[in-house]
Amino acid sequence: MSTIAVIDYGMGNLRSVYKALEHVTDKRVIVSQDAAEIRAAERVVFPGQGAIGDAMHHINGLGLGGILNEVFEDRPFLGICLGLQALVDHSEEDGGTGCFGLIPGTVKRFASPLIEVDTGERLKVPHMGWNQVSHRHDHPLWQGIEDNSRFYFVHSYYVAVSRPEDSAGVTHYGVDFTAAAAHENVFAVQFHPEKSQHDGLQLLQNFVNWDGKP
Amino acid sequence: MSLAKRIIPCLDVDNGRVVKGVQFVDIRDAGDPVEIARRYDEEGADEITFLDITASSDNRDTMVHVVEEMASEVFIPLTVGGGIREVADIRRMLNAGADKVAINTAAVFRPEFVREASTKVGSQCIVVAIDAKQVEDGENPKWEIFTHGGRKPTGIDAVEWAQLMQEYGAGEILLTSMDRDGTKIGFDLALTRAICDAVEIPVIASGGVGNLEHLAEGVLQGGADAVLAASIFHFGEYTVGQAKQYMAGQGIEVRL
Repeated sequence: MSTIAVIDYGMGNLRSVYKALEHVTDKRVIVSQDAAEIRAAERVVFPGQGAIGDAMHHINGLGLGGILNEVFEDRPFLGICLGLQALVDHSEEDGGTGCFGLIPGTVKRFASPLIEVDTGERLKVPHMGWNQVSHRHDHPLWQGIEDNSRFYFVHSYYVAVSRPEDSAGVTHYGVDFTAAAAHENVFAVQFHPEKSQHDGLQLLQNFVNWDGKP
Repeated sequence: MSLAKRIIPCLDVDNGRVVKGVQFVDIRDAGDPVEIARRYDEEGADEITFLDITASSDNRDTMVHVVEEMASEVFIPLTVGGGIREVADIRRMLNAGADKVAINTAAVFRPEFVREASTKVGSQCIVVAIDAKQVEDGENPKWEIFTHGGRKPTGIDAVEWAQLMQEYGAGEILLTSMDRDGTKIGFDLALTRAICDAVEIPVIASGGVGNLEHLAEGVLQGGADAVLAASIFHFGEYTVGQAKQYMAGQGIEVRL
């Protein structure tokens, strides 16, 4: 039976992701930190909340680096929040943290104070709430989702990709940042589809049915 | 294009049932928090907050089940407050499907708890709830933190407390004016403005909402990032959708 593996490396609450996936599919959904189980899965979801330094520490501590590098290459892969940030080269967080380097780019902290240039408004950090995502190109995971739809975000660090073609969606909050990155069989989002009501569930459903081709 | 201001309906839950009466003509069971949450979700609520007012620990298990059930059906952020005293309480709620927990009294008694909690589960999960009452008016008004439903003064200045809680790792502040709570005459806008200006983290304004104008004032004059209300939604006076339409008409960015 085709299985969707949600990778559990001890960073944040996976129940919502699990429940939202169960809501959109009849496929088997498992939460796992077992390399063999993850390897056997048809597709992989890589969530996570919190600090990237801790996240990389946990991933390495659990010996999940190898299996992650494997599944990056060969099956539909969805990163969520930290699961996007971990894919780029390097993060400013926690005094500088090396990440997986699958997608060239860096993780930066929102400026403090963060000022909206047009209005002079001082913006709050973390970026928390519903913001719009502007599609940069067509992608199977955007199917049925209107351009500039709102998704739920909560984060203080954001991803800046080096190659514009890796960015599938952009959001503005003081700066333009990568809200969704796409690279071959990998799609990764800064927002929380599991908490973004209809459009979030649509994106998860698109992922569940995705053949992994851009 | 920018971040939407949030509207958050709040439900008081006692032993798994909603109290302070919820009245919708077309709701089967007006005491069932999950059914009411589903209704608010359909109306376009941006988040939902459950305040657990249960006194006994046995009944807290009931709350965990309520959260589990809600998280299986409603896919917007859920905050749970009330009786959160230890990191274990937080983990239980998060594992049940809550996204954030609101810490109130426990933070006042032991501020370090907020630091521990944010270090363990991340700031994004930690809302510090502040109950404040005005203690000085005039040109330099002052507000103080009160506990026990606004009965016990603590001597702590509300603005300084908000800044300290931010420093300790709070991801958000839920600010309730105890002078206005239940009055339906509108937020304490001066208090809201004072706290919003003093911190970098988002602030949810609460206490006193009686009509849609009040919600808009909280954002436009108070500077709040989100507005929380209970009774105006519970009694069907306004839907969340109507509140959003009104706010949009006032030039406020909302998710429609």
